[in-house]
Amino acid sequence: MSTANDGPTGGDFSRYPDAAGRFGAYGGQFVAETLMAPLEELAAAYARLRNDPDFIAELDYDLQYYVGRPSPLYYAERLSKSLGGARIYLKREDLNHTGAHKINNCIGQALLAKRMGKTRVIAETGAGQHGVATATVAARFGMKCVVYMGAEDVQRQSPNVFRMKLLGAEVVPVQAGTRTLKDALNEAMRDWVTNVDDTFYIIGTVAGPHPYPMLVRDFQAVIGREAKRQILAAEGRLPDALVACVGGGSNAMGLFHAFLDDRNVALYGVEAAGRGIDSGQHAVRLAAAGRPGVLHGNRTYLLEDDDGQILGTHSISAGLDYPGVGPEHAMLKDAGRANYVGITDDEALEGFETLTRLEGIIPALESSHAIAYALKLAPTMRKDQIIVVNLSGRGDKDINTIAAMKGISL
Amino acid sequence: MSRIEQAFARRKAEGRKLLVSFFTAGDPNPDATVPLMHAVVRAGVDIIELGVPFSDPMAEGPVIQAACERALRHGVSLRRVLDMVREFRVHDPHTPVVLMGYANPVEVMGYTRFAEAAAEAGVDGVITVDLPPEEGAELNAALTARGIDPVLLVAPTTTPARLERISAAARGFIYYVSLKGVTGAATLDVDAVAEKLQEIRQATTLPIGVGFGIRDARSAAAVARVADAVVVGSALVRLVEQHQDDTYKMREAIVDLVAELRQAIDTVEPARA
Repeated sequence: MSTANDGPTGGDFSRYPDAAGRFGAYGGQFVAETLMAPLEELAAAYARLRNDPDFIAELDYDLQYYVGRPSPLYYAERLSKSLGGARIYLKREDLNHTGAHKINNCIGQALLAKRMGKTRVIAETGAGQHGVATATVAARFGMKCVVYMGAEDVQRQSPNVFRMKLLGAEVVPVQAGTRTLKDALNEAMRDWVTNVDDTFYIIGTVAGPHPYPMLVRDFQAVIGREAKRQILAAEGRLPDALVACVGGGSNAMGLFHAFLDDRNVALYGVEAAGRGIDSGQHAVRLAAAGRPGVLHGNRTYLLEDDDGQILGTHSISAGLDYPGVGPEHAMLKDAGRANYVGITDDEALEGFETLTRLEGIIPALESSHAIAYALKLAPTMRKDQIIVVNLSGRGDKDINTIAAMKGISL
Repeated sequence: MSRIEQAFARRKAEGRKLLVSFFTAGDPNPDATVPLMHAVVRAGVDIIELGVPFSDPMAEGPVIQAACERALRHGVSLRRVLDMVREFRVHDPHTPVVLMGYANPVEVMGYTRFAEAAAEAGVDGVITVDLPPEEGAELNAALTARGIDPVLLVAPTTTPARLERISAAARGFIYYVSLKGVTGAATLDVDAVAEKLQEIRQATTLPIGVGFGIRDARSAAAVARVADAVVVGSALVRLVEQHQDDTYKMREAIVDLVAELRQAIDTVEPARA
């Protein structure tokens, strides 16, 4: 076992992972032997294509004309003024095609799959946003698509299940284990190991075995690159803080990455504290309860018991309901470069309602966690300070959940 | 000579192949495991592979996933599994026991502590499914230092370069995963297995066990023709599942299948000298 001391200490965070796929003590390739050669093949293909002008041009074209990038950086004036503190900007990933940041990564990986000659794509999904984005790009590129989704999530995210089916994907409810995102990931891995010749596994977050945490981050890093350019244009300076929710952590890494070496920009990753950390029903891995271990192909912070069995998690938002977290976040936590905090279900709902009423923007329950933390953070800051919040997805998919909580049947 | 080496040497001298049985420790309940270990040895098993229950067994098919869930419901985890091996050793000092599991329970216990506890309990080999040689160097060193063999997996997708790396790190025997898929998956292609085994034998002098997809006397005999050891897992675990409410019947059904497999393996003419 490596120690946390392997991590970076200076201002050079953006150079990770190393050649072995490690972010300091975290990351790596903890998979069965059958998948090692396919991972090597994927890493080699990506190394070849990431600087290939044709590949980059194709990706950029799709991001602009299919996804609708750049997404706006919107000054939330009424929200900011109501809090009486820092100026809050929202990075509007909710305005992307399919309604969340997930599509940025799916376009990138689907283009990789196409270049590698794969005809079938598979994905795991929690809230269904990544499943919808994968089904979407599969339709766009004419690939077969199978999405694995925990049976519990199939229940609570039924609109997204229907969208995936409309797009031509097969949605497989996973009955094993806790029937949530982690079990969907296990099942997708099992499919990949079985169909590895023609199948590309589009992982939806910055976790899993190397090179996934790196390539998903790279495809999401467009968020932070745009935000940096946009905030410089709007305010003539960098923000004081970035806030993003962290399930697996892809929208947060996407926003953070361009700012990692700007040490004056504080980074806040917001985890789901569910019914409260003391209740044991939460998904707070970095901010409190987790410790380093190995799951889903990487070493990272996990929620586990004393025997190393992975614990079930709880969050009102299916997309944050995951016991692991991307290894780059684990590194940033140990190094103190990013701060990780918890937001409860109730606080997230307050964030949801506040943004909806004050700005006319209905955020996803995942993104509502980031909003809720901004509600706490902004009043502690000066009026001339700036916060950028990643509004990672729109909330249409969550209206059934919200209605049920209010006792309304739609 | 380690118990694993002795087992292979003895069978080789007899011109026979080894039979390796896999089942999950603590399935269907903790009391069933040690009697089952003794029973399969009496029925002709040469090496016992004992599954360490894990909450997220990524390489397992539905049969062994369900076995893990049954064992975990009884709280059977790595520490309890080591207790079972210790208890087995009281009456069986000879039969090699190989643990098969995932990295995280071992990470939590700590590599050195695990290696010491496993050696003390009488474990002979350890297969860690999600620890390829790139990630396994430290655990493998801790194990070999205490006389435990790290048994490594080779897959149909393994490249020649990887085969070199695996051979350098492996001890005891090589475990060849006969198909692309999870445990208990479809049918195996014996010709493809034979071809890959030839390639593996160029890279290592270690004996080779073949597992995944062997379910009956016919497939066991076919694999025994080309491999040094035949590993049967899901077919046995399916019987555990079927008879989970009656451990006596369960043992009887498993013993019958093991005896049948033993006979099938012993009647084959080896393809290589």
